Amino acid sequence: MKREAQRTGVFTRRALIIGGVQLATLGALAARLYQVQVVEGARYTTMSDSNRISARLIAPPRGRLLDRNGAILAGNRLNWRALLVAEQTGDVGATLDNLARIVPLGEPERARIERELRRHRRFVPIMVREFLTWEDMARIEVAAPDLPGILVDVGTTRQYPHGPTLAHVIGYVAPPAEADVAEDPLLSLPGIRVGRAGMERVHDRVLRGRAGAVQLEVNAVGRVIRELERREGTQGQDVTLTLDLDLQRSVLERLGDESASAVVMDARNGEVLAMATNPSFDPSLFNSGVSQAQWVAWTSNRRAPLINKAVAGLYAPGSTFKMVVALAGLEARVVTVGETVYCPGYLDFGDRRFHCWRKGGHGSVDMRAAIKVSCDCYFYEVAKRVGIDRIAAMSNRFGLGTRLDIELPGARAGHVPTRAWRIGQGKAWNIGDTIVHGIGQGFFQLTPLSLATMTARLATGRQVQPHLTRAIGGVIQRGHRPEDWPTLGIGERGLQVMREAMWAVVNEQGGTALIARLPPTPGATAPPAQMSGKTGSVQVRNVTREQRERGFKSENMPWEYRPHALFVGYAPHDAPRYALAVVVEHGNAGSEAAAPVARDIMAATMARDPVIRGERPRVAEGAPSR
Amino acid sequence: MSVMERRLIRENSFDLTSKLFRISWIYVLLLTALAGVGYVALYSAAGGSPEPYAARHLFRFAVGLVLMLTVAMIDIRFIQKMSWLAWLGGVVLLVLVLKMGNVGKGAQRWIELGGMQWQPSELMKLVLILALASWFHRASWERMGNPLFLIPPLIAVAIPVGLILKQPNLGTAVITAVVGGTVFLAAGLRWWKVALVAIAIVVAAPVGYNHLRDYQRARIDTFLNPESDPLGAGYNIIQSKIALGSGGIWGKGYLQGTQGHLNFLPEKQTDFIFTMLAEEFGLVGGLAVLALLACIILGGMLIALRCRHQYGRLVALGISMNFFMYVFVNIAMVMGAIPVGGVPLPLVSHGGSAMITVMLGMGVLMSVHVHRDVEFEDRGREL
Repeated sequence: MKREAQRTGVFTRRALIIGGVQLATLGALAARLYQVQVVEGARYTTMSDSNRISARLIAPPRGRLLDRNGAILAGNRLNWRALLVAEQTGDVGATLDNLARIVPLGEPERARIERELRRHRRFVPIMVREFLTWEDMARIEVAAPDLPGILVDVGTTRQYPHGPTLAHVIGYVAPPAEADVAEDPLLSLPGIRVGRAGMERVHDRVLRGRAGAVQLEVNAVGRVIRELERREGTQGQDVTLTLDLDLQRSVLERLGDESASAVVMDARNGEVLAMATNPSFDPSLFNSGVSQAQWVAWTSNRRAPLINKAVAGLYAPGSTFKMVVALAGLEARVVTVGETVYCPGYLDFGDRRFHCWRKGGHGSVDMRAAIKVSCDCYFYEVAKRVGIDRIAAMSNRFGLGTRLDIELPGARAGHVPTRAWRIGQGKAWNIGDTIVHGIGQGFFQLTPLSLATMTARLATGRQVQPHLTRAIGGVIQRGHRPEDWPTLGIGERGLQVMREAMWAVVNEQGGTALIARLPPTPGATAPPAQMSGKTGSVQVRNVTREQRERGFKSENMPWEYRPHALFVGYAPHDAPRYALAVVVEHGNAGSEAAAPVARDIMAATMARDPVIRGERPRVAEGAPSR
Repeated sequence: MSVMERRLIRENSFDLTSKLFRISWIYVLLLTALAGVGYVALYSAAGGSPEPYAARHLFRFAVGLVLMLTVAMIDIRFIQKMSWLAWLGGVVLLVLVLKMGNVGKGAQRWIELGGMQWQPSELMKLVLILALASWFHRASWERMGNPLFLIPPLIAVAIPVGLILKQPNLGTAVITAVVGGTVFLAAGLRWWKVALVAIAIVVAAPVGYNHLRDYQRARIDTFLNPESDPLGAGYNIIQSKIALGSGGIWGKGYLQGTQGHLNFLPEKQTDFIFTMLAEEFGLVGGLAVLALLACIILGGMLIALRCRHQYGRLVALGISMNFFMYVFVNIAMVMGAIPVGGVPLPLVSHGGSAMITVMLGMGVLMSVHVHRDVEFEDRGREL
């Protein structure tokens, strides 16, 4: 009995100890529970909500780009897509087979679908096919019983109804880069596009709008349970451009197969009505992704289809520059309007002989005649007197070699040489250099747009700046009235001589561009308007003495060595409204290759002008005052 | 005859009615309450529906209850006689599961029987308790001091623990060893030996860690730093803690637990059922469940203390300890206090075989209580 009692005593003590340990342990668990649920509760509540609530962005529709008359240049197209939800079909393969009878699915496409199916949960819709036609869509809907798991939904995609016509100006959209996504969460949405070139890029912010958001309750695998809150975004605003779609189209058509560009602007306010570059490309290709082969084809093409030559093509201005030299001479008082210079066909300076384009020379010419017949000797002489720096200063006032206000991202300022620039290069500037630059040859690098700007300034005497944006969200932007632009501050008398001379170039016997005389505007009651202008030809290669003596003809040279052909002009002569510049690369003489093109473009421009057509002007909101 | 003398008279057999009267119905009520908590939780785990968990849970508990009461009627002396046979049966089942068991989640733990998946290791813990109790039943305090006397029961623990380790199932092996050790302790193992074992474990732990399977090591690593791999192995612990923490004091409300209902909480109907409850009913609900569990565990200890024979005491203590280990491991696990191991919360988690095994143990416990005053024939012979 004693032993039994001892044993019972030991057991009881130990059982109480064990029980005590158990109780203490459970107490510790309770304390831990208190810690997790109460002390750290707030932190875990936040984590729970971030688990539960998923904020998703709603993409607003991108704003449209419109031409000045409201035609859609870049719009949004409905994009019908067939989606597959794997969990809603018993047999994915059979469903796809059935679908393939309606819309053919190639092997690579099937492989891509299989890959995406493996990557996603079974309830996540997989894109099977996009850009479905209306007929395909209808047939899928009709065959729906045989296509379990197939959904048809609609998104939007950017559409350029006029494709290559406006590619360089409009630009294009493409999927955003990594860096862009950090700056706007909207860009993380699948299928979103950002403007990557041209006006799409310039006005990207405005066009993009602001993302809406929807708060969704989701479960652990990301399936949406319900919508908690919804905030609609702000739709992107429409941007109205200064361009005239119909004019743009006819300009591009007139450029034909040439590697060329042309700019038409409203001389009074700088609105660019047409900016055409040939050859062009289809901007919608960037939307879906450009193939390697296509890219190589573009970049290896010596006519450079991706370059907007109107603002990024750089050319010497040739004889179209002569008005600037003349005005520089007048302002520097080194020459008068009436002074004549004798042209024997060349100018000897030092040991060099500078040739006039006309072998026999022009005889005695004054300023007006020198421009009309484009006498080189006259301008050699004036340039020699006035010097390169004063020529450059005058150039800048005409918008040459300076950065213009044009919005386009790739636009280049160009370059007009100065003595300081040359010395900065470690070279000397000789008088001979000045002489060459007097006829617009040499180190000049100017864009067609800047030549059109120069012409507009010559015609109006105002510092108009070329621009493409007319209205944002229906609000007309500054700069559409001529009074918005200050005057150039150049003597009106000198400008008037230039205008007379340029009129003579086109409209007077002996002018170099008689071919550019405007035909009567169809249906116009007023007498036909007259264009004033100036031709130019720029050598890309020096002509050697031997070539000249052998009776050299530039049209016999290989294409890329032929001179560029240029023409600048404005119309009507008596009340300038439109200015243009045409550059035909390697087109030989300006009078042959560029002037006729310019004539037709100006005629087309005039034909669209309501005043010239004898109509009453349309009074639109914020229309330029006349 | 004094009161004292009357209490010393041992009744060696009673009829069924008096046995039923001796059952602790309060204890049965506590168990039913716990199963009721399980029903409530499983109803919510199914998203507010009795199917597929809660209804079956109730049915199984009913079956378990009948089993428990039936076992409670069995004479404890008969159970004692069968102890070693039962132990042998348990070991055979463990060997069988290694030979032909179903592989699940990288380990052989299950055998299919009667349409249910059984883990023989769960049964093993019960029969090990019986065997150890049977061995120590006759052991006096002096006898317990004899190391040679301790060798056979040590082997009786080592064999099943080794087999369970081989499955591999580290968690159950540790629990089995702890429960066995507790029986040793209660039987009168000398404290210095307990200390020796404790030191040995501390020394051996790093060596043992190196012999663990990758997934076991991963569990321990994740436990030590759950945020290191939030979508991988640490996911369960983090989500469970988020669920608990976001429940706060009063909880999110019944059927309103976002973590559970949106499936962030893994295995919410089994291992993480306590999390589910504490998310929806908050700290208040969690503490209430803990209190209920404490009552059941300490109630078992009370049964042990009230028993008048050593076999019954040891069995009751062992079964209580086993239940306690389930509770501790499961709740500590969901709170991120110990490494995750697939241990369900008894009578609350979904799972048929676990329920039956637990209720079988409760039946034996109740048999101890019913037969707390019986006299063993061989009493005194060994002492």
